[in-house]
Amino acid sequence: MARALINVPQKAKRGEIIEIKTLMSHPMETGFRPGMDGQLIPRDIIEKFVCTYNGEVVFSAQLYPAITANPFISFTTIATDSGTLVFSWTDNKGDTQVQTASIQVE
Amino acid sequence: MNRLVALWLVCAALPAAAQDARKSGFAFMGPDTQAMQTDDLANPGMLFVLEGDALWKAPVGASQKSCASCHGDAPQTMKGVAARYPDFDEATQAPIDLAGRIIQCRAERQGAAPPQREGHELLALTSYVAHQSRDLAIAPAQDARLASARAQGAALYSTRMGQLNFSCAQCHDDNAGGHLGAAPIPQAHPTGYPLYRLEWQALGSLQRRFRNCLSGMRAEPISAGSADAIALELFLMDRATGMKLETPAVRP
Repeated sequence: MARALINVPQKAKRGEIIEIKTLMSHPMETGFRPGMDGQLIPRDIIEKFVCTYNGEVVFSAQLYPAITANPFISFTTIATDSGTLVFSWTDNKGDTQVQTASIQVE
Repeated sequence: MNRLVALWLVCAALPAAAQDARKSGFAFMGPDTQAMQTDDLANPGMLFVLEGDALWKAPVGASQKSCASCHGDAPQTMKGVAARYPDFDEATQAPIDLAGRIIQCRAERQGAAPPQREGHELLALTSYVAHQSRDLAIAPAQDARLASARAQGAALYSTRMGQLNFSCAQCHDDNAGGHLGAAPIPQAHPTGYPLYRLEWQALGSLQRRFRNCLSGMRAEPISAGSADAIALELFLMDRATGMKLETPAVRP
């Protein structure tokens, strides 16, 4: 897996609803498409996306073959405390890519 | 006399009005796709730019030089480069496009394996270099030796081809703004290449777009990096002189 773009506001007020945007670089190969040689291209998709905020899961998603390459996932959560958000993407081979972002809550 | 002055004013204003009639493909898209392009954190093309940034700084090949070893900091040194290309190559005495120049640099000056056309590495580097010219006006190279290739491109643009017997001009000049099926027909200004096409689910070059159009016309596609492809690119960039680059653009 490759790189990701993550947008988390650097600062927020306590109790404020914040929007988080993530864009992950991934081919999301369905496993249903034949390649140039007529053989099916093996499936290579992200199956699970999880975001934890200071250890607590605030958002998670299951991804399926019909989802676009380079999936963009946007969601909201409530700013509770300063800390880190950990994002993880797990593919169908079990490889996980993890990125973190920090937030200051006043 | 006053009438003459008024007539002269109208005539003088005409070329300016004609220029304003040119529109980037951006103007033909829906608001959702436009929003995707303008937000750098939602634009999937930026993933390739990000990767290009890493490739720019990574030493490769026998020389163990990176692009940055010679060219330094891309945001300064590569600014305006994509707005000028294709340019004339002294070594081969032929026009060369930006991707071709990167292949040449990689192979000859860095001593690395030449990257594949439409491959991930080349697209990432090209989009990274072209991104440095974002929001700059297209200003084609003014080399007299490019004139014949430009004319060849102009001829290709208006030549009927393929089983459907279409020319580029029939759609993109005569019927721009109309629809082909459900898809709007843009004016064919190459303002955002390499661009992320949602249909491709990937970044692609202008020359991939040519092949896409040509196979749609049931014509023989021109191969990437061929003299015909570069000639057509030269002509289209010249036709879009003064329009702003958007790399990496998003298109449906």
